Parts: sequence; structure tokens; C-alpha cells
Amino acid sequence: MRWISRGGKIGVLIRKGAEASIFLEEWRGRRVVVKTRLPKAYRVDSLDASIRLARTSREAHLLHDSKRAGVPTPTVYQVDTGTCTIIMEYVNGPRLKEALAEMDQPSLRRACKHVGSLIGHLHSGGIVHGDLTTSNMILRDGAKLFFIDFGLSDYSHELEARGVDLLLMSRAFKSTHYALYSRAFAAVIDGYRDVVGRSDTELTLRKMHEVETRGRYSERSQTGLVPDIQ
Amino acid sequence: MPSLILGIESTAHTFGASVASTDGRILSDAKRVYVPLSGRGIHPREAAQHHSSIADAVIRDALAEAKVTARELDGVAVALGPGLGPALRIGATLARAIASKLDIPLIPVHHAIGHIEIGALTTHSRDPLVVLLSGGHTTIAAFASRRWRIYGETEDITIGNLLDMFAREAGLASPGGAEIERLAAKGKNFIELPYTVKGNDVSYSGLLTAATKLLRAGRPVEDLCFSVQEVSFSMLAEAVERSLAHTEKKELLLVGGVASNMALRRKLEIVASEHGVVFWAVDPRFAGDCGAQISWTGALAFGCRLFADIEHSQVKPRWRVDEVDIPWR
Repeated sequence: MRWISRGGKIGVLIRKGAEASIFLEEWRGRRVVVKTRLPKAYRVDSLDASIRLARTSREAHLLHDSKRAGVPTPTVYQVDTGTCTIIMEYVNGPRLKEALAEMDQPSLRRACKHVGSLIGHLHSGGIVHGDLTTSNMILRDGAKLFFIDFGLSDYSHELEARGVDLLLMSRAFKSTHYALYSRAFAAVIDGYRDVVGRSDTELTLRKMHEVETRGRYSERSQTGLVPDIQ
Repeated sequence: MPSLILGIESTAHTFGASVASTDGRILSDAKRVYVPLSGRGIHPREAAQHHSSIADAVIRDALAEAKVTARELDGVAVALGPGLGPALRIGATLARAIASKLDIPLIPVHHAIGHIEIGALTTHSRDPLVVLLSGGHTTIAAFASRRWRIYGETEDITIGNLLDMFAREAGLASPGGAEIERLAAKGKNFIELPYTVKGNDVSYSGLLTAATKLLRAGRPVEDLCFSVQEVSFSMLAEAVERSLAHTEKKELLLVGGVASNMALRRKLEIVASEHGVVFWAVDPRFAGDCGAQISWTGALAFGCRLFADIEHSQVKPRWRVDEVDIPWR
């Protein structure tokens, strides 16, 4: 699929995400990613415009500030709030979603621990990601992990927001990587604990569980289709 | 020769009974619905009293409509959860009695799996991302390795709760969702309300609070109905779109009572077409709670001999959909 950019260069659509279309382009001699939040026909215009504007500006700020918190993110080169477009560094590598499937046990544990420590750095820096999935992490050169997609991120020190962050991460492993779930998420938490410490980790996990059981049907049982004796 | 399964549904407002055959025919679908007093929510004990007073007639209707006698049944399926304990127990007690009297297997069914399977039966979906929207669920799921895996859900109240509770605040007749849809069509002005998407999850409690406050402050109910629908459905459309991008599924299947709302369908159709995904919605006759969702899922489970001993057939009011092992898919 091809697309003509504003500069007249031909860009290649590399991913049609939920929120934005991602084009690979050349800009001032570099390979860059052009992320454009296109209007959504399913939202009324005023709501759509305010969401796209808020998220574009928020993402640009948080991509930058996350670096300061010690989390690798693509460098922002240019922001255009008029077209809701961010031009940023192109990070070449597989998404963690695909990379995990190729890993042996020790590398899997290492990668997941690394994910946890990066989440810990974000949280310690007063940032919550808001959309932690293995689709939103890119592994460059098999070693350096980048977090992307900061459209739902926020500045927050609140326990609630951190608990939601961990819940989203846990859900992503449980649904997409169900065979690895318990080992992978345990490693994420080990990495998280190394950064934020034991007591904050416990508090955040407790909050995560509270948020999880706030929904309607959340009593856990292990038996499957045939119910157990109550 | 296909087997015949009686299905009984009694998780909430609806008491339903239906006969399905294991070759995929719904032979009957009888129901009666408990309607709470105007302006009030469902009362579990009153719902149970309602169900027990009409259960016998509904089951007879289901058999008569299917032209089947009780002796011809090969199994009896019942929704053991999730739902309201007292209401669930009416269905469960009857199903146990029928199974033991006729000496046929008792088949436990998860109510939400019922919504999904009747959706699959009445469309041609094969491997969809499922959006289940009802009073009890706001859940985005996809199937992998014997389980429905949850990609997104509500973090507090369901979309059905939101619409019901707002309708009650506005003094609208039950069922509230349909009345909101009717008034929303007359709403012209969009009123801003909290839009809360967290990853693939949604949160509706802030939206309900804000809409209720504006209603009490005298804002036109038509505009509020329109805006509540716009915001809550757009949030859902976005969560669905995120889940589609993440799972890369090629089909979208909408099931549950809220599936009959046309404004919602239009939004999800837009999402599906933008992503080149086939859109399906459950046959409207079986969108809301019904016996057919239980009889047909019971028929699938019957083929895998998923039976329960009577003494191990307690109701499970908080049974989660991702805990159910599914060997037939």
C-alpha cells in the first residue's frame, strides 16, 4: 500500500494501527516514521478532533520524557498538531510479540525482566504508559528494547494508574502469550521489583488485583466447564 | 440421527427454554421476561419468583413449538452462570429435576459462551474477534487453544449497566437501551462526556456520573441520550479497533443484547471496513438472553460428553468466560 506524503515523497504504509497510520519515509536524509492520526468516521467530528489533538501532543511530550526516565523510545523530530502528525526515529526490529515466540527459556526470562524494569523506570519517573502490550515494544538488534505508542500515556504518580498499567501488561501476556503467561509475567514483576523496590511492587500488584476484580465476573476458579462444589 | 437438547436460561431478567438439535437447528425458542417496577433495577429475588411462576409454561411451550415430547430429549442444558444467584437456581433446579426424571445427561453451559455460539451459528463466522455486549458483559475476546482469551473488557460497569442505569435516571421505560436509542435519534447537540479508554479496556462509571449530573441540571434528555450513545459506543469502537490491530483477526462478530442497537452496529461496521475485516452480528432474534443460546451450546457440549453429576452442578454466579474449557472448537 502506498501513500503520497505532504512533501511529495512516496511513503510506505508499514502499519495501520488502531489509532494511527504509520508510514516509513525519508526525511532530511534519515529513515523516519511518520505517524498520522487520521480522522475516525465512527466518532462525531468535535469529539474526534479533540481526541486526536490531545493524543498527538501528549504522545510527543511523553516519548521525550520517557527517555529522561530511562526508557528507550523513538526520538521525536517534528510534531504537527494541525494534521495530528509526529515524525520520529525509525526503530528497526521485530515487535516483542513476534520476538518472544522465537526465544529460548533464558532469553525469554531476560527479555521479560527487562520489560518489567522499563515499566518500573517509567513509573518511578511519574509516567504511566496506558497501553502496555507486546505489540508496543520493539526489540532492536536483539538486545535493545524500545517502548512505542504513547497516545494513552499520562503523567501520574497514582497507584490506580500504575495498577492499570500492570493489569494491561498481564492481560496482554495472558491473551496473546497464554502458554508463557505465568513464567513471563513473573519475570516482568521481578524486573519491576528490581527498580521500584519490594514494598511499592506489592502495593501496585494489590491495586492491580483490585482493579481486576472490580469488573463484574471475577471470582477465579480452576475447573473449567464443570463447576466445582461450592 | 441428531440428538435433541433442551436448553434452559435463567441468569437474569429472562426465563427461556429452547430445543436444539445437534445438527444445528433451533427447533423452538420460548421465553418470558421479568420487568421490574418502573424506575427500579432488577431485584434478584423478585426475578426468581417471576421465573418459578412461569417456568413450567415456558418449558411446555418450547417442547410444543419444537413438536417434541419430553421422552424424546437426549440431554438438558442449563446456564449455571454467570448471573444472579436466586435466578440461576430456578433454572438449575428444574434442569436437575428433568435430567434425573428422564435419566438423561445434565449439561452445564456458560451463559456468555452461549451468546458467542448462537452468534457463530446464525452467521458464517469462523475465527472472529468477538464483541460481547450485554447487561452482564462488555468483553472483547478471541479463541485460541481451547479457550476464549480476553483482549479487552470493562474495568467497572458494563455497557448494558450504563444504558439501563441512565435510562432509569431519566425515567425511561424498560428495556432502557431501546428507549435511549429511540430518543438519541432525536438528539441534535453533542454534549461532551468523559471518554475513557485504557489500552483495550473501557471504563463507563465516570461517563454515567457525568451524564446523570447533566440530566439533573436540566440538559435535554434527547441530547444526553445521543451523547451517551456516541461516547460509549465510540469508546467501544476504539477498544475493538485496538484489539483488531493487536490480534490481526479477519472477522468481527457482535453478540449479546446490545448487538441490536443500530447506532452501535454502524460504528463497528466502519471499524471493520477500515481494517478490511468481515463484520457479523448475531441474528437479532437471538441477540438478547434466550433459551436457544443454551440449547445450542448444550448441543455442542453434548457431542463432547461434557456432562455434570447432579451433585456437582451448583450455580456459579461469577463464572468467568476465560475459565471455560472448550473442546468442540
